[in-house]
Amino acid sequence: MLRLISLELQKLWLNKTSRVLIIISFILPFTVLILSSIKINFFGLFTLELGELGIFNFPIIWHITTFFASYFKFFFAIVVVSMIGNEYSNKTLKQNLIDGLSKKEFILSKFYTIVFFSLCATLLIGLASFFIGLYYSSYTEASIIFREVEFLLAYFVKLVGFFSLCLFFGMLLKRSAFALGFIFITWILELIIFGLMAWRIDGDFAGKIFNFFPIQSMYKLIDQPLQRVAMTKFPEKGDLAYDYAVHWYEIAIVLGWSALFIFLSYQLLKKRDL
Amino acid sequence: MEQPILTINNLTKKFGYLTAVKDLSFTIHKGNVYGILGPNGSGKSTTLGIVLNVVNKTQGDFHWFDGNTSTHDALKQVGAIIERPNFYPYMTAEQNLKLVCKIKGVDFSKIDEKLEVVGLLDRKGHKFRTYSLGMKQRLAIASALLNDPEILILDEPTNGLDPQGIHQIRQIIKDIAAGGTTILLASHLLDEVEKVCTHVVVLRKGEKLYSGRVDEMINSHGFFELKAEQQDALLELLESNTNFGKINIEGDLITAFLNEPMSASDFNKLMFEKGILLSHLVKRKESLEEQFLQLTDNQSN
Repeated sequence: MLRLISLELQKLWLNKTSRVLIIISFILPFTVLILSSIKINFFGLFTLELGELGIFNFPIIWHITTFFASYFKFFFAIVVVSMIGNEYSNKTLKQNLIDGLSKKEFILSKFYTIVFFSLCATLLIGLASFFIGLYYSSYTEASIIFREVEFLLAYFVKLVGFFSLCLFFGMLLKRSAFALGFIFITWILELIIFGLMAWRIDGDFAGKIFNFFPIQSMYKLIDQPLQRVAMTKFPEKGDLAYDYAVHWYEIAIVLGWSALFIFLSYQLLKKRDL
Repeated sequence: MEQPILTINNLTKKFGYLTAVKDLSFTIHKGNVYGILGPNGSGKSTTLGIVLNVVNKTQGDFHWFDGNTSTHDALKQVGAIIERPNFYPYMTAEQNLKLVCKIKGVDFSKIDEKLEVVGLLDRKGHKFRTYSLGMKQRLAIASALLNDPEILILDEPTNGLDPQGIHQIRQIIKDIAAGGTTILLASHLLDEVEKVCTHVVVLRKGEKLYSGRVDEMINSHGFFELKAEQQDALLELLESNTNFGKINIEGDLITAFLNEPMSASDFNKLMFEKGILLSHLVKRKESLEEQFLQLTDNQSN
C-alpha cells in the first residue's frame, strides 16, 4: 500500500500544476479560517469579529469549519481528474501496466491517494478548528469540545466520496476537462430530476429520493450551518429548527456511492483495450 | 530442450467485426532472438499488447514461463517497449526511471548502470520532454532493462528514427542479445529482422504464415544465376532437367530455381560435360525479403 501511495505521490508532486493545486487546496481554507477568526478593524469605523457571533464556539465550530472547508475540495478535484487524464494523454497508463503494475493496483494507487489526501485535509481542519475553538469558546470541558466531532468524519467521507466520483468520471471520459464538465452536468441533472419529481409526484417524496443521488447525498452529509447560527440567536423562533445532525445512513449512502465508483472505474479499466 | 519463456495457444482477438489476431500459436524459448514479422496492421502490436496485459484477448490463452506465475508478476521479469516511448514529460530521466523501479520493485542503483548502457548518463537530470526521439527511445530501452529482464520485447524500436539513431538502437540490441537475453522484436522491416533474429514468426492479417528458424523459412534449395554464349542450348537443357523448376529469363541472365539440392560445382561439371560453357554462375538463396514476399503471395493466391 505504501508503495502504491509513493508511486502516485511522486507523479503528483513532480507535476507543477498539481503541486500548486494541492498546496492551494491546503493553504486556502486555512487562510480563510484564520483571517475570519481574527479581529479586523475597518479603518477605525467598525471592527469585524466573526468570533463574536459565537460561530467559533464548541461544538458548533466543527459544523461551521467542515461545511465551509468542503468548498475548497474543488481544487483537489481538478488534481484527481487530471491525474487520470494525464495518464491517458501521456500513454503512461499503458506503460505502467507493461512495467508490471496490475490494473487493480493502478486504481488502488489512485484511491489510496484520495483517501490519504482526505485524511490529511480532515486532520488539518480538525486541528485548526480545535485550536481556534479553544481560543474563542467559553466552554472548554472535553464533553462539550468533542460533542459533534462526527462532523469531521462526515467531512472525510464527503471528500472521499466526491473524489471517487471525480476518479470515475476521469476514467470514463479520459479527458480532464470533459470529466469536470460532466460532474457539473450531473449536478444540474440531479436538480432537474428533483424538480420534475417534486412537480409531478410530491415534494416530500422527491426530497427523500433526492438525498440518494450521488452529489446531493454528499452535500447532505453536512447541512448548511447558517440556519443553525440563526437558531442560536433567536431561540424563540421554533420554525427555524431543522435536522442538521450527521446520520449514519447519510454516511452509508456516500460510502456506497464511493465503493460503486471505485468498482466501476476498475471494471472500466479491465474491459478497456489500451 | 530450452525452457519456454512465453507460450501462446490459439490466441484470437476481435475488434468488433475485425479479427486482428486469428488462432495464433507459438512458443518462445530462452536464449534466442525472435522476430515477429508482418506488414502494418498484421496483428503484431495486438499480439504483444495481449501478452503484456494491456489488450484483452477474445479467445485462447497464453502463459509466461512455466505457467505458474500470474501475468502481472511475470511482467516484472519482462522488459517491454511498445510503439512510442511513454514517460512523464515533466519528470527527468532519472525520476522517470525511479518510478519504474518502484513499480518493478528494483533497487535505484540500477538506474545509473542502465543509463550508461544506452549512453544517457550525462543527460539524466534533464526533463523527458527536452529529449529527441532517439534519446527517448534509448531511455525506453534503459527502462526496459532496469530489472535485468529474462526477455526484452521491442515493438518497432527503430520506427521514425534517423539513420544514426537506427544504428545506435540496433547496436544496443545486438549487445544485449550477445549477453544472452532473449529478445522478441516486432518489425515490418525485413532487413532488421534478418540482421538481428535467429527465429521468426511471420504474420499476415492476424494469421501465422510461418514460425521457425529464419534460414529455414522457405524450403527452398536456392537458385542459380547463369549466363552463357549458347543460351538456347542452356535453356533446353534446364527445361529437360527435373532438378529445375521455374526458369526466368531477363536479357541474357537466366535464373533457374532448384527443386532439389545441387552444388554449384556439380552443376558446372554437368554443363561442361554437355559442352556448354558458362560465362556467369552464381548460386544464391532468396533474401528474407524475397522469401517473405513469396510467402505472403502464396497465401493470398
